[in-house]
Amino acid sequence: MELSGGQIVVQCLKDEGVEFIFGYPGGAVLHLYDALFHQDELKHILVRHEQAATHAADGYARVTGKPGVVLVTSGPGATNAVTGIATAYMDSIPMVVISGQVPSSVIGSDAFQEVDMVGITRPCVKHNFLVKDPKDIAETLKKAFYVATTGRPGPVVVDIPKDITDPNVKVRYKYPKKISMRSYNPAIKGHSGQIRKAFELLISAKKPIIYAGGGVILSNASKELTKLTKALGFPLTHTLMGLGGYPATDNQFVGMLGMHGTYEANMAMHESDVILAIGARFDDRVTGKLDRFCPYAKIIHIDIDPASIAKTVRVDIPVVGDVASVLKELLHLVKETTDKPHKKSLEAWWNQIQIWRKVNCLEYDRNSRLIKPQYVVEQLYELTKGDAIITSDVGQHQMFASQYYLFDKPRRWINSGGLGTMGFGLPAAIGAKLAFPDQDVACITGEASIQMCIQELATASQYDTPVKIINLNNRYMGMVRQWQEFSYESRYSHSYMDAIPDFVKLAEAYGHVGIQIEKPEDVRPALEEAFAQKDRTVFLDILTDRTENVYPMIEAGKAHNDMKLRVALNTPINRELA
Amino acid sequence: MRHVISILMENEAGALSRVSGLFTARGYNIESLTVAETQDKTLSRMTLVTRGSDEVVEQITKQLNKLIDVIKLNDLEESPHIERELMLVKVKTNDHNREEIKRTAEIFRGKIIDVTTHTYVIEMTGASDKLDAFLSVINNDIIVEVVRSGATGISRGEKGLHL
Ligand SMILES: Cc1ncc(C[n+]2csc(CCOP(=O)(O)OP(=O)(O)O)c2C)c(N)n1
Ligand SMILES: [Mg+2]
Repeated sequence: MELSGGQIVVQCLKDEGVEFIFGYPGGAVLHLYDALFHQDELKHILVRHEQAATHAADGYARVTGKPGVVLVTSGPGATNAVTGIATAYMDSIPMVVISGQVPSSVIGSDAFQEVDMVGITRPCVKHNFLVKDPKDIAETLKKAFYVATTGRPGPVVVDIPKDITDPNVKVRYKYPKKISMRSYNPAIKGHSGQIRKAFELLISAKKPIIYAGGGVILSNASKELTKLTKALGFPLTHTLMGLGGYPATDNQFVGMLGMHGTYEANMAMHESDVILAIGARFDDRVTGKLDRFCPYAKIIHIDIDPASIAKTVRVDIPVVGDVASVLKELLHLVKETTDKPHKKSLEAWWNQIQIWRKVNCLEYDRNSRLIKPQYVVEQLYELTKGDAIITSDVGQHQMFASQYYLFDKPRRWINSGGLGTMGFGLPAAIGAKLAFPDQDVACITGEASIQMCIQELATASQYDTPVKIINLNNRYMGMVRQWQEFSYESRYSHSYMDAIPDFVKLAEAYGHVGIQIEKPEDVRPALEEAFAQKDRTVFLDILTDRTENVYPMIEAGKAHNDMKLRVALNTPINRELA
Repeated sequence: MRHVISILMENEAGALSRVSGLFTARGYNIESLTVAETQDKTLSRMTLVTRGSDEVVEQITKQLNKLIDVIKLNDLEESPHIERELMLVKVKTNDHNREEIKRTAEIFRGKIIDVTTHTYVIEMTGASDKLDAFLSVINNDIIVEVVRSGATGISRGEKGLHL
């Protein structure tokens, strides 16, 4: 088959099984857009800003596990996409970004809308390519999908100069069925000897804890993780990225760990003697002060990326491999031997954990006359029976969402954990809704974050993606204000949100439903109304308590056993328990 | 500790900047970096000299291995190896120092490869510390310029870095 470069790109995406392509046209990709015009199999979603194209593709990827696909033009189109590429990179999300480039003949001459996309994205992609010949398109795209989706996933950029997609230059097309690269062979199976050593250490543990991160979600290992945790009877904590990997409503789940994790999770980490770290990367938001991190623990670390192991924290038993595969082997060992974890010690350990739990670190003032953000998330959780897809932006609202919405299933909690990108929530929700039109999708956001990609309300109209926007409007960049309150004697330098738009009118202007509420008793009815309007995008502008803070908190430079609890809770009884 | 890392990678445009970019982004130091195509035109071979604690060097090798274009690498420090660097030195000469410079260069197995009435260019190869030693015995005032290639290295014996 002889096709032009533009047609080849489109055909490759179809042959790769791509459903949606999130994009925005421009000069360097006009040939490509013309090729798109002649077909309707591949659905193109026109966003309103290239950043949103990457976030929407990212949201799609996180809920489906399939790679998100993005198409942008050269220059400003490409640079606008960079934030979303970096967001996907930090959370290891599979994504293929096709960017147009100026014609090969003028590359390097500061041509109109020229930017060195390969150079700019190098530090925030898993890999990138510049295509130099139409004959190379098919193989390059195959490689791009292969690299993006295997091993530790990540975004791959394919930069294509305009002349390469010229409709007048036709070349033979064949999409490779399989590809292998001599320089890239990600490990899958873990080393059996290491897995046995891990097993032996686990069985000997007296105060064990399982610390599971986003790798569990990426590797689709929830089932294996749940079975193993049940078989061992150990407590389990999740990172922000791991939520939903293990059912949050199960008793063995002790909550999230880290900066805004639960008291019991952080104390259990600190006191543990054996840590089983699974698909987690010992991020600074998780470890707190490194030299006081888990002083008594031996650490087993399972990760597909060898560079993640012993990067910041020494590891006693590293296991490099795909999480699902390694957990399966571990589970096999646990089931087949008669060696069991030490029952008495484990009982004593659980008793200790129950005591920490009694501190009730997530309790908040339920009698307030102001709407508490925690209350909104709890009500949302109850109303959706914990089964909605929740996307979020970045700030206090993100932490409240992670603390009060209990995720029992993977790929339901969609947030920018690594880069912490404000503006992620709405486009990610649109991407998720496109993937699962019958699922409830809500975006928990703040009045500052939502304004970073607010233009996507137009995309939501155009493609009929009825998501529910839960705007926890505290009229502050709450998270910034909280840090300023704690560390800068309440000097609220530029964290006050002035000139906030009328979100109700704004939603209506885009053709959606807008509702504003200010009383606690209106929260539940408003949520019910929002979800009852199945086919409408609803913007719930909820005026919350402006001064609410996220607790508990490990302040920067502190250790796990040095948590700041909500002041009102810091009663003598609790202090004794603690 | 100083480490000499040998890298075999795809001979693609941008390969060098992927490596050097990694070092700046992660704050590792590069003492020297040499690169050239091998007898197989699709491969390029790099020798990188860096310094760091064992933990840092372990991270460096892992991060390098993680680059998609890197096929294999080898920390030469882990086994017996040979290291060579090429240096060209231009010095000012006069009737009083010509003989002495020539003698000193010979002691270090250097060759004089360009002669004018007022200058010599000396070519010398060897381990980097030998070249340092030579420079330290030459009077600094007569040195016009020094060009060093950076170290290249190869392991001794049967062991080799190839496909
Ligand atoms: C793009 C971007 N810019 C700046 C920040 C720093 N930042 C983190 S949280 C935050 C405030 C967010 O405010 P809002 O969306 O209202 O959420 P709240 O904390 O009030 O719930 C800011 C500015 C960021 N994470 N991302
Ligand atoms: Mg706010």
